[in-house]
Amino acid sequence: MNGQPYNYSGSNSANGTPTPSSVSYPASLSSQSSREASPARHPPAMSHGPPEISPLALHSNSSYDQQQVRPGGMYDQHSYPIASNMIKPSLKEHSNSDLNPSRMAEMSSSALYPNSQLPVDNQSHPIYSNSDRQSFPRYENLMSPELQAEVNQSIRNSDQTNLQSRLDDTNSHGYTNSSFGLQSKNSEHNNRIVDPDWQANRLPVYGKNSMSNEDLVRATYQDHHNPSNNFHASDVQSPTKASFQQNLQGPGYSPLRQNPSVQQIQAPAPPQVGIKQMEMPPQSGPPRTNALGIIPYNTDPVTKMSQAGGGAVVNQNPLLPTASPLIQQPVKSQPYNPPISAAAPVYGSPQPVPLQKTFPPQQQPYQIQPPQFQAQQQYQPTAYSIGPPPMMQQPQPVGLQGPPLKQYSAEQHVSRPIEPYNTMPSQPQYQNHNQYQQQNNIANHSGYNNKQNYYPGPDDLANTMAGMSVNSGYNKLWGREAIDLLKSRDILPQPKVEPPKIRLAQEYFESANCSPEIFRCTLTKIPETKSLLDKSRLPLGVLIHPFKDLNQLSVIQCSVIVRCRSCRTYINPFVYFVDSKRWKCNLCFRVNDLPEEFQYDPLTKTYGDPSRRPEIKSATIEFIAPSEYMVRPPQPAAYVFVIDVSRIGAEAGYLKVFCDSLLSQLEALPGDSRTSVGFITFDSAVHFYSLAETHSQPHQMVVVDIEDMFVPCPENLLVNLNECLGLVRDLLRELPEKYRESFDTGSALGPALQAAYKLLASTGGRITIFQSCLPNCGPGKLSPREDPSQRSGENVNQTMLNPVTDFYKKLALDCSGQQIAVDLFILNSQFVDLASLSGVSKFSGGCIHHFPLFNAKNQLHVESLQRCLQRYMCRKIGFESVMRLRCTRGLSIHTFHGNFFVRSTDLLSLPNVNPDAGFGMQVSIDENLTDLQNVCFQAALLYTSSKGERRIRVHTLCLPIASNLSDVLHSADQQCIIGLLAKMAVDRCHQYSLGDAREAFVNVVADMLSAYKLTQSNYQSTSLLAPSSLSLLPLYILALLKCTAFRIGQSTRLDDRVFAMCHMKTLPLFQLIQSIYPDLYPVHNISECPQITVGDDSVPSPPTLHLTAEKIDSNGIYLMDDGSNLLIYVGHNINQRLAISMFGAPSFNSINPNMTELPELDNADSRELRNFVNFLHNEKPTAPSLQIIRDDDPKRTLFLEKLIEDKTESGHSYYEFLQRVKLLVK
Amino acid sequence: MAFNFAAFSYIIALIGDAVLIFFSIFHVIAFDELRTDYKNPIDQCNSLNPLVLPEYLLHIGFNILFLLSGQWLSLCLNIPLIAYHINRYRKRPVMSGPGLYDPTNIMNTDVLTQCQREGWAKLAFYLLSFFYYLYGMIHALIST
Repeated sequence: MNGQPYNYSGSNSANGTPTPSSVSYPASLSSQSSREASPARHPPAMSHGPPEISPLALHSNSSYDQQQVRPGGMYDQHSYPIASNMIKPSLKEHSNSDLNPSRMAEMSSSALYPNSQLPVDNQSHPIYSNSDRQSFPRYENLMSPELQAEVNQSIRNSDQTNLQSRLDDTNSHGYTNSSFGLQSKNSEHNNRIVDPDWQANRLPVYGKNSMSNEDLVRATYQDHHNPSNNFHASDVQSPTKASFQQNLQGPGYSPLRQNPSVQQIQAPAPPQVGIKQMEMPPQSGPPRTNALGIIPYNTDPVTKMSQAGGGAVVNQNPLLPTASPLIQQPVKSQPYNPPISAAAPVYGSPQPVPLQKTFPPQQQPYQIQPPQFQAQQQYQPTAYSIGPPPMMQQPQPVGLQGPPLKQYSAEQHVSRPIEPYNTMPSQPQYQNHNQYQQQNNIANHSGYNNKQNYYPGPDDLANTMAGMSVNSGYNKLWGREAIDLLKSRDILPQPKVEPPKIRLAQEYFESANCSPEIFRCTLTKIPETKSLLDKSRLPLGVLIHPFKDLNQLSVIQCSVIVRCRSCRTYINPFVYFVDSKRWKCNLCFRVNDLPEEFQYDPLTKTYGDPSRRPEIKSATIEFIAPSEYMVRPPQPAAYVFVIDVSRIGAEAGYLKVFCDSLLSQLEALPGDSRTSVGFITFDSAVHFYSLAETHSQPHQMVVVDIEDMFVPCPENLLVNLNECLGLVRDLLRELPEKYRESFDTGSALGPALQAAYKLLASTGGRITIFQSCLPNCGPGKLSPREDPSQRSGENVNQTMLNPVTDFYKKLALDCSGQQIAVDLFILNSQFVDLASLSGVSKFSGGCIHHFPLFNAKNQLHVESLQRCLQRYMCRKIGFESVMRLRCTRGLSIHTFHGNFFVRSTDLLSLPNVNPDAGFGMQVSIDENLTDLQNVCFQAALLYTSSKGERRIRVHTLCLPIASNLSDVLHSADQQCIIGLLAKMAVDRCHQYSLGDAREAFVNVVADMLSAYKLTQSNYQSTSLLAPSSLSLLPLYILALLKCTAFRIGQSTRLDDRVFAMCHMKTLPLFQLIQSIYPDLYPVHNISECPQITVGDDSVPSPPTLHLTAEKIDSNGIYLMDDGSNLLIYVGHNINQRLAISMFGAPSFNSINPNMTELPELDNADSRELRNFVNFLHNEKPTAPSLQIIRDDDPKRTLFLEKLIEDKTESGHSYYEFLQRVKLLVK
Repeated sequence: MAFNFAAFSYIIALIGDAVLIFFSIFHVIAFDELRTDYKNPIDQCNSLNPLVLPEYLLHIGFNILFLLSGQWLSLCLNIPLIAYHINRYRKRPVMSGPGLYDPTNIMNTDVLTQCQREGWAKLAFYLLSFFYYLYGMIHALIST
């Protein structure tokens, strides 16, 4: 798989020599122990997930208890593992609330700084014990003097202290949790970071870290949903909204429906730009606010300076950016904006109000309480029994009694712990959320985790700012921002990751390019030379989903299909018309004649303009092929089912499910009147079923001589479905009865397959195998070779991933030659050696389905099998097909990925093609493309439809050329790259080893970042910049490293791993991405989510969350969608009302964890949730199974193991991963 | 002028080498055909695979003669190739029959390029060694 321009080998060398692997990073890094040993490399554990603990530990109730008895102390605040995110929520709360000083005080604990992402302490009580005098004067800058009622001075001081300390913390933010209880002064804190001492102190802290995670999670969560402000004008929203809709057209999305205007809205500028400018509200309050809001970069240096100084001198400055957001945002939201003076009196009355009385529970969500405090309220009994913690006073809800609060609470609706959306109309909120994130990501990293080693002097500062203001504006305009991965936390674009737009040169600008769902290239601009491609270190290739179900497809029937005479390219939108009679091929540049017929436009029935033809208007088109495209008459649909009825199969009990499914789908099987079916069952013998019309019932014939397989009778085994429908039905009803119990442990899969092959050899068709155990007799028998003790080993022997015998491969090649595809359904409860078996599908263009540990008693298993079968039986099928991929001269196809047999350099033989099969091709650049403007790929799939029509589906993708490195990098399509890398890595596992493939993954990221570094003139050593087009690459790579196929250290059955690898090879990109990085949505407030319109319905679209436990709150409900499963995760603190409205259960404890569908309840929450789930169902070819997982359920590991950004015992957290990569970046 | 065992082994090597040259020419042509879509990879592999072992055995065979006749230099020249052959065969893909080439991955550009390069390299090696064996034969015949 090497020799590709892109050097996938472990080496970082650019020459692309196929070296097995070379470890390009310090070997020490690769092992856990060595990392521990060197403190300097220790990843600051801050942001991405609870750093040192397993997510599983997160939700235990005990953590709450611990929190409360935790001693107060200022350093606690710093030391909690605070996700920078926490700041955002608090900020927003602020904005919602007001300038009310009391609230300020109360919030200070968790508040601050939206943009700079300063750490926030979730512990508020310690504030009182430590008020820092120094900061007081600074406070005055911030607040109007009247606010400073005496009683509250100390509070504010402590606020300030906190502000200050947080500012200081920005630098060290990543280390905060580790410095638990360490520093005595904020300013010292900075220095501590480089001090190895903290390392030493780090470990004992873990337990405490874990406690605060709960808090952290809650706050983070709020951030996501909290409506911050309404600054956007509606026009800001429109592009995003438009794009969203466009994207959500789902499977039916077709290029034909693309609305150019929509594209254009999106295309010119990345959303950030627009939004950012809109963001500054005219009335945004004090000027300093503007300084932050308007010119985000300004704050960066300023903050840095403040951090650097740490002392009193600098203090003045940092406050401005710090405080400003607090003030800025509230301006908008009226109810929370009581005049400051009004609030002041409240301060004057220092009555310590017992919390519970002050706040009716309903108000909770709107207060920025320290999460701990919240927890306390929710757990009233426990909390108090543990002892009234000092922080009881802390929130100082004094102000809350005042009128502003009333107003505020009155406005809210009912109680819910987290109700991000509920204060505002949903759409704007969503928008806010987006905007907020973007702002956070790109513009303003200022405070968050700045490294200590950068202390810019004033000059530096000026320089950076100057550089930034000019360049960044330009770059942003062109979608070229760099994202500092180490500083940006929420890098997932909302609502979903869009494929990059392909921008063609003017003349083809109008031409519809192929839909990204069908055809995608890893680079949306092709480098003009091979050396440029090598420099970019990115893989070049295309992913194609050629037979995707399309809602709209132009089908053309004509006597002559216009093709280039030399390269046989089909005419497409990107050809050049020399004149009205000739066209120039865009692949080989030959000038061809245009047939007379082509001048005629069938729509308008006029002659003359060839560009009106559908072939020219659409990049995806289907021709009905004339007879010269047939080698033989189109074959009828023929299906043979080969079913394992051995003892293990009978125990699994799938036979009944299968027969029932098939019975109900018999008429729906694609085909015409010639459709034929046959059945073969096998244990240690092979059983045939004669279904002759003359018989009154099916006759079974048993062939015991399996060594030399023969077909017992020449006819009636494969019968016409229409003619023998009754008999087939009888058989399907009898089979489950007959094999309800079986004592034959043999499994003669090989002979059964040979027999099926012989049945179908004359026509071609499809063999479907149901296999539940290791084939152990006859030809093709296999032996158990998995060593269970190696399942969680550090490496997987490469030979284990490869077949032990070529029996199945040879059989597949024979089948392929006779146009037979073999589909595998593996329903095993033990090792079946899928590595060997899968060959039979891989090389015959079949598909593989795997149901590990299938048991018919498990309703979930049964349902997922039923759904899968339903899709399998009814979906379109193309017989005797071939696919050819042509590309512009100068490019060539290097390697193919998928299930097929490669018949020649650009021709794939696909005995069957199904709509769920995806393919990947690596492309190499053979010649310079300097004199070209565009490069085209054309995939043509010739197939016989189930109705016996020969058809050709043609997809054409046109891409511009890039001549410089930065263009190439910025045009990269990260999802597509991941799709291709996953396929390449599978090959690598087969060829070399798993470890090698994993290493290559890391090198890919490092290489990419190194390449990007080359394009950056002022690259700071502390940052890890990535182009925005590739910002998710590290995240996805980390996800790949932790997915079933490539993970190590975690117990993974060999079959599961092999199956996951097969999946990597064949899944269409959309599903592949979803399976490695599932979508996580918060759904507890789904009824308030913004709606998008899909078809005629509107569907709520909650934001997607990062896959980390810090986004998971115990009083939230989350939906995770990994393509094949929908997991609804219910936190144990969910509001009772939510439990009732969504699950029809009176409380959390009575939610039935075995529900497989949502109860239909008549309320907004339930309706919207079901609506959303249905939408997710419809988006996918096979409806996913739905599971409700309570967070006290052992099944929760299913959910938690998918939070891949967190540290696990065998895998890095995202942040650690970045740190590791950073060391590799040269 | 004496016809000794060394001369005999060189003569055999000459003949064998000529056969090997034909093998490698066939090899090069076969892969070129694959590249240019003349042949189906399955057919091509079926025709190539049976030739692999004979080629290797032939080569090893006359090297055994060199060994027996004490032609150390000639033997040393061939040892790397023998080692390469053994290694290559040891690492062949899983297959039931003899041979090296797997129709399912032979169309991979890397494999194709590698095989073709191997063909050319061997052709060159066999050609050069042909003249060397000729020289060796004459040398063996005329010495003493």
